[in-house]
Amino acid sequence: MEFKIIMPRKRRELYNKEICACSIFGAMNRDGDRFSAEGVMKAIANMHVRGNGLGGGFAAYGIYPDYRDYYAFHLMYTGCSWVAKRSAKQDFEAFLSESFDIVFDEEIPHGDEATVSDPPLVWRYFVAPNKKGDESRLSDQDYVVSKVMWVNTKIENAYVFSSGKNMGCFKGVGYPEEIGEYFLLDRIYKAYTWTVHGRFPTNTQAWWGGAHPFSLLDTTVVHNGEISSYGTNRWYLEMYGYACTLQTDTEVIAYAADLLMRKQHLPISIVAKILAPPIWNSIDKMNEKEKKLMTTLRMVYGPLLMNGPFSIIIGQTGKMIGLTDRIRLRPLTAATRGAMFYLSSEEASIRLISPELDSVWTPNGGEPVVGELNSKGMVMNEVIRLS
Amino acid sequence: MKSFVFPEFQIIRDEEKCGQCRGCERQCAFGTHSYDPVADRLISDPYKCAGCQRCVIFCPKDAIEIKPTPSFYRPNASWSREKLEDLKKQAETGGVILTGCGNDKPFRIYWDHIVLNASQVTNPSIDPLREPMELRTFLGAKPDYMDIKMDNGEMEIDTRVGPNLMVETPILFSAMSYGAISYNAFRSLATAACKSGTFFNTGEGGLPKEMRGEFGRCAIVQVASGRFGIDAEYLNCAAAVEIKVGQGAKPGIGGHLPGEKVSPAVAATRMIPTGTDAISPAPHHDIYSIEDLSMLIYALKEATNYEKPISVKIAAVHNFAAIGSGIVRAGADIIAIDGLRGGTGAAPKAIRDNVGIPIELAISSLDRRLKNEGIRNRASIIAAGGIRCSADIIKAIALGADAVYIGSAALIAMGCNLCQKCYTGKCNWGICTQDPRLEGRLNVDIASQRLSNLIHAWSHEVSEMLGGMGINALESLRGNRDHLRGVGLYEWELDVLGIKGAGE
Amino acid sequence: MARAQFAESQAEKMSRSGERMDEVEIDATNLSTRELNDRLRDLMQAGVESVVLRNVCGQRYIGTRLYSPEHRKMKIEIFGTPGNDLAAFLFGHEIIVHGNAQDGVGNTMDAGEIVVEGRAGDVLGFSMRGGKIFIRDNVGYRTALHMKEYEEKRPVLVVGGTSQDFLGEYMAGGIVILLGLGGKVHKGNFMGTGMHGGVIYLRGSIEASQVGGQVEISPLDDNDREILERYVSEFMSRFPDLGLNKDQILKDEFVRLSPRSKRPYGKLYAY
Repeated sequence: MEFKIIMPRKRRELYNKEICACSIFGAMNRDGDRFSAEGVMKAIANMHVRGNGLGGGFAAYGIYPDYRDYYAFHLMYTGCSWVAKRSAKQDFEAFLSESFDIVFDEEIPHGDEATVSDPPLVWRYFVAPNKKGDESRLSDQDYVVSKVMWVNTKIENAYVFSSGKNMGCFKGVGYPEEIGEYFLLDRIYKAYTWTVHGRFPTNTQAWWGGAHPFSLLDTTVVHNGEISSYGTNRWYLEMYGYACTLQTDTEVIAYAADLLMRKQHLPISIVAKILAPPIWNSIDKMNEKEKKLMTTLRMVYGPLLMNGPFSIIIGQTGKMIGLTDRIRLRPLTAATRGAMFYLSSEEASIRLISPELDSVWTPNGGEPVVGELNSKGMVMNEVIRLS
Repeated sequence: MKSFVFPEFQIIRDEEKCGQCRGCERQCAFGTHSYDPVADRLISDPYKCAGCQRCVIFCPKDAIEIKPTPSFYRPNASWSREKLEDLKKQAETGGVILTGCGNDKPFRIYWDHIVLNASQVTNPSIDPLREPMELRTFLGAKPDYMDIKMDNGEMEIDTRVGPNLMVETPILFSAMSYGAISYNAFRSLATAACKSGTFFNTGEGGLPKEMRGEFGRCAIVQVASGRFGIDAEYLNCAAAVEIKVGQGAKPGIGGHLPGEKVSPAVAATRMIPTGTDAISPAPHHDIYSIEDLSMLIYALKEATNYEKPISVKIAAVHNFAAIGSGIVRAGADIIAIDGLRGGTGAAPKAIRDNVGIPIELAISSLDRRLKNEGIRNRASIIAAGGIRCSADIIKAIALGADAVYIGSAALIAMGCNLCQKCYTGKCNWGICTQDPRLEGRLNVDIASQRLSNLIHAWSHEVSEMLGGMGINALESLRGNRDHLRGVGLYEWELDVLGIKGAGE
Repeated sequence: MARAQFAESQAEKMSRSGERMDEVEIDATNLSTRELNDRLRDLMQAGVESVVLRNVCGQRYIGTRLYSPEHRKMKIEIFGTPGNDLAAFLFGHEIIVHGNAQDGVGNTMDAGEIVVEGRAGDVLGFSMRGGKIFIRDNVGYRTALHMKEYEEKRPVLVVGGTSQDFLGEYMAGGIVILLGLGGKVHKGNFMGTGMHGGVIYLRGSIEASQVGGQVEISPLDDNDREILERYVSEFMSRFPDLGLNKDQILKDEFVRLSPRSKRPYGKLYAY
């Protein structure tokens, strides 16, 4: 008998990283009153020249009040042929029915397919976890995360691009206002927070999954800039079980936010200091207590420092957060008007939909701006403004 | 008996320029030059010349030229001149060929096949002259996450973070023992380390008592197999403690400091009688397996009240990633890895030139192994063995190291020309000798200034290259292989290094 | 064709109705950057000297395409929020913004004047080489980066409020004045890093750690006071509604930031 001994050679991963230059916009009604996407679509269209039509997307919070207790999975079935898409759908649904109870599912309504390029089949499922065996020890959220990571790495042509409760992402290849029209966002949805992104990728092969926002559970991120520390951030997150499969550096921000805020329960003010920490010169001048805190944060979470220009809007249930890199290489303007809270790459877009504003400012680099829902029993609505 | 071996160097003296000042005679400790009073000329004996270039540099008339003698054997690719002559020497003496410095053979230098990235258009480069560029690094174990509590609006850190070394630049001075190098050289390294915000390593020779107060805070003290000079004060005055398991120049064997280099001062520091050979055994005789290492690590942690990071230095050999992973799990806070080209004061040439693997491949494989196991946070990696310039440093960090140790580079800054005769104790530059006459030639103030200059210059070059990549903090480059590409490498080498080929 | 007709028809309308031929209004609603700037240029070519733009929202490079070899001068009043790079490469015109401006105002501006009744964004006056800019409120990051001057051609920037980090980075000439009105404290860091020419005046005080290593902080001398008096008066005349008292402002403490040497990095290289 012959034995074949195979010495495994570890092949290096040749991953490609797309680069993102773009426009971002966010609007939130801090009283929780919901509104359609019409305004934000106009606002992002105003910044049309910042994109190149190769990607656009929206995140919306509060859009599924009837199914608010169920996870809303938005699925994208890509593949060059109708057959490939259907087959991916079947694979996914087989997987889904084993791990989740499906309450309701349907194709996400959209307009005429001729207006956008090569759309995938986009479907939504409202589900509840169905944990078996060892997995019952996991929390619902960890369970969902592990299943989503599994689908995105293992099932070909199927991508879960939104997985939170009572919220959803809508994205694709096209100008954002076109994507908004395609998914009928100004007609059939009302949300209390909308974040929008218009993309200018420098890798010409755009694909629907590569547009922003990137999301995991109810955390969504839209991002303008390039993360030069991507290789470092990526390996650190992979150590914690996050698979970075979507070939875009923005992914690491979404996973970092999930790791730090959901799993490690760190407040946003600390998370901002991890992603965009102050310079050592400033730390050395702080008082003992702060100095120790900042130094320790940088020591422990050094690999999560996001280097390179960025301005991001992170959406979560009940919160909208704006943050720029430590030396403010990308712009971000914040504004308030009554209950409305706006974040934008350019002030003009805010003025377009709200000509009068109570206050307008550009936050300092590395300092987060947070808008929170005013709700019974929670902390009063407060925009943290560090100037 | 006449030796069959040619002299290594030839000495060409321009008699017209030579003014018979006898300076060369005074400079050379090997006795190469001597004055003939009858002929009123300097006579040179090429058989004694080590090629250290001291007399050439110090001749006031630039009258001397010293070159390697050409080989007059019939050209033979297999029986090179070096192989022929080493064999003859061994036939003549029956001994082991000794040498110093690092591996000089033409193994592939991976640093020269890796190129770096620069930002354009999509990401602005950062100018280190005007914008903040941060090279500060922490070496030691880091927890996986931090528990932060809010207490009356103030943040409290719940998690205990282990002791870490804070360095202002990722360049540390490698382990060179007092005994192998002179007191002045040793003191220069210590002075420069303290001045430049970095650390020096005492090597296995201990730390002289009078230096502990002033330099202890910048010292990484070594606990080697010979356990020289180790007392509780030695351990506690330092910033960190390093267990030396092996070194890149001579993996697997111990060390040997010949008796003639054990002067009274060296003997006092090492706590052995004057004039005896100082032998470091091959293994630590209390470490025969990984769990023994763990025991020693914790013994040292106890001895230092858990206040200092414990480092383990190993040579990079086959399968060392598995060993490295074991060491991290055994409790080490820092792993120092020494590659094929690491230097030494004395080692058998056969071992120096043939044992070990290049450090570039070693860093990659260790870093990847630790990440795959999810334990990369638990220890910092310091890489050593042939770091020659600031580009090597950046590449080492991008491959996964936290910092680098420089040994040969530091000595070259002080004047060394790598003549590889360190084991004779006759270093004309005053670096690797215990002869007080020679040692006095190295001035501590000047030498330590030269070392600080080197660190300053290299740190600035590192900042420029980092800025070019659009990065302004060193922690964003560590293990970020995306910024490297390989040129002229085989597929398997790219795989091991974990980088793409240029253009991919 | 259509644009030229528009310009001419506007001019004709004006002269027919007896109004001054040199004042025209454009409603910028739904106009792209290109279309708006097309019309401005046509108006300039037609000899119009004063234009009012209404409902401006994000259109870029307003005032940039107005180079003419005859050095025509135009006054443009903007209602709304102009987009990025307002008055980039400006060649001598006058622009007034009744509202806030965005990033890149006065980028490489050569001559002329810009007045903003509000705040401005980042990279204001980048590489400015002449002319004047007056901003009523605060400005963002990297203001007056690489500002230049040559002999009598000296640009001036006066800001009523304060600025964020990297003010005057690489500055090589020109005058920057931050008045910190309304009790605003100067909190920007890295001021003047790489400065090798020009001067910055700050009303109020700052810490030495806020400026770059190449910058010297010194008190005012008589020459400085003359300069301040002149430009503070000009600032006040552009914003009469602020109701400022010149003497009171000038009496307060000012500091001067100037470069230590023309060759701040002379010792950097090994030759």
